[in-house]
Amino acid sequence: MKNFQPGKTLNLKLLKVKLKTMANKIVDIHDLKREFIMGSEIVRALKGVSFSVEEGEFVTIMGSSGSGKTTLLNILGCLDKPTDGTYLLDNVDVKKLSRNELAQLRNRKIGFVFQSYNLLARTSAIENVELPLLYNPSVTTSHRHQMAIKALEAVRLSDRLDHLPNQLSGGQQQRVAIARALVNEPVMILADEATGNLDSKTSYEIMALIQELNRQGKTIVFVTHEPDIASFSNRTITLKDGKIIKDSKNQNVRSAKDMLASIPANEE
Amino acid sequence: MKLFNLIRIALRALQRNKLRAFLTMLGIIIGVGAVISMVAIGQGSKKSIQDQLSSMGSNMITIRPNSNQTAGGGARLDATNLQTLTLDDIKAIQSQAQYLNEVSPAVQGRGQAINGSLNWPTTMQGVSPDFLTIRNWPLKEGDTFTDADVNGAAKVCLVGQTVIENIFDPGDSPVGKTIRFSKIPFKVIGVLAEKGENAFGQDQDDIILAPYTTVQKRILAIPYIQTIYASAVNAESSGPATQEISQILRTTHKLTNDNQDDFTVRTQAELISTFSSTSQLLTVLLAAIAGISLLVGGIGIMNIMYVSVTERTKEIGLRMSIGARGVDILMQFLIEAVVISITGGIIGVLFGLLASKLITVFLSWPTLVSESSIILSFMVCAITGIFFGYYPAQKASRLDPIEALRYE
Repeated sequence: MKNFQPGKTLNLKLLKVKLKTMANKIVDIHDLKREFIMGSEIVRALKGVSFSVEEGEFVTIMGSSGSGKTTLLNILGCLDKPTDGTYLLDNVDVKKLSRNELAQLRNRKIGFVFQSYNLLARTSAIENVELPLLYNPSVTTSHRHQMAIKALEAVRLSDRLDHLPNQLSGGQQQRVAIARALVNEPVMILADEATGNLDSKTSYEIMALIQELNRQGKTIVFVTHEPDIASFSNRTITLKDGKIIKDSKNQNVRSAKDMLASIPANEE
Repeated sequence: MKLFNLIRIALRALQRNKLRAFLTMLGIIIGVGAVISMVAIGQGSKKSIQDQLSSMGSNMITIRPNSNQTAGGGARLDATNLQTLTLDDIKAIQSQAQYLNEVSPAVQGRGQAINGSLNWPTTMQGVSPDFLTIRNWPLKEGDTFTDADVNGAAKVCLVGQTVIENIFDPGDSPVGKTIRFSKIPFKVIGVLAEKGENAFGQDQDDIILAPYTTVQKRILAIPYIQTIYASAVNAESSGPATQEISQILRTTHKLTNDNQDDFTVRTQAELISTFSSTSQLLTVLLAAIAGISLLVGGIGIMNIMYVSVTERTKEIGLRMSIGARGVDILMQFLIEAVVISITGGIIGVLFGLLASKLITVFLSWPTLVSESSIILSFMVCAITGIFFGYYPAQKASRLDPIEALRYE
């Protein structure tokens, strides 16, 4: 497997993306199908979806409930395997992998951010962030600690290392979750309605952070049903009834930072 | 996956639920503590019976004449009046037996011991100097008599504590004094150490020992001997020693294959095993009851682990989504169960030791904590943890990460 480290060759890679039309494809999906058997019925959640995500892109996947959005997310996150079609994640064919190999792939290449944060209760921020590294035997204890601090610095929480989740606000908890997604230096951050539980101001803060991470070269796939959130991304894929009905680059990418600045301070 | 990381994960998970971990442990603590203290009570009573019996003389073998079946029927005689054991038998045993250390003849007679104005009815036993070694009986004062005293039928004696208390004034040293027994004067040359009651409640100190020749000739006027005491080389050889003695005596008594033994050979081991088997039964019973409580403790672990798996479904889903394999989850929950059971086991062992000590101190019951019961109950604990922890852990490891993540 190719080991991709976005932080180190950041500017060069961005240049390459702009100069060459053939950039490194992080996600390459071709004619993806996923069928579930519910009793005697076959439910076709995905009916042949094809798209690819290039390195450094910020893509939102939109769709109402029942559109196949969640199924697609599960497959993208290597939690589920397609019935038919191919999915290459960082040039690895997911279909051929066993359960354990999928777990390893999630550990090394994907950073999850969930709607409900999913932090371990009664566990400090830094320990929550260290968690993915505990499942990676090649990371030593001291290295693990440094990487976790670095990740928390990236989400500007370096002063909250030993805080427990119940001592943090929702936005801060989600930032810890983002740090946890960053800590293993994944090729892609996969966010599932990551702002769904937050008020608009905090949502903008999180989106500003995600935009910043994207500017630093992180590939981001963001699943949401809010068009407002989608407007912060470079590209939006819209699903309906298990098919892509729209896949377009955003012409006017909004800056979450600017949005945040435009909100009056007294609203807090 | 590094095992060390898994242990760290499991320990942190337990730390987050300290009270519940402790309550789960409590079942194991009580179970192990009960096993150890109950077995200690059983072993303790067994040990105290053994000690009492061996105070009668370690590895002691007793040979008595047996009422032989007379050819023409007729009355059978009381064992003490039988004259079948002789000094020749002793000589034969001494020269031929390989499993015996000491051999002593014994004859005894009842009589009145008199010192000045005080008197006391007691028993005088005539023995050889080896008798004290066989009976494991030290002297408190003075010296024992010698083979020369035996050969000369000397009028010397060793006096037991009960006799001294009754015929000597307190503080009076008996050694060197002369007492009379059945009107014959005996010089007291030694005082026997106090031995207390034997396992049957007889006062072992109510006795005077003298050379057997003296008792034979001057008190009883008999040529034969009543009992032979011998000591086996060690406890294990008392069995072969018994067979050996039987063979020697059958030869010297010229018994043919048709004849029954005209003597009986008894060992302490037989007595001990009779008493031991009773207390062994007690130990097994107590241990069985305690073992059941350990089993209940194990089921407690399984119960809590099941609840824990259900309650932490979302956590399991998260762990899987960030890269934990099924085996990692399995190991985490298994380690949690084993840590609970082993920690409970260690506390239980300490609790059991303390309880045994308290039982001895406050109830004065003898207790004996054996290493084997500690090791055994500890092993059972670890196995309990694995056995009862495995099923819930396996359930956790087989969860579908997608469903686990969505679980509310």
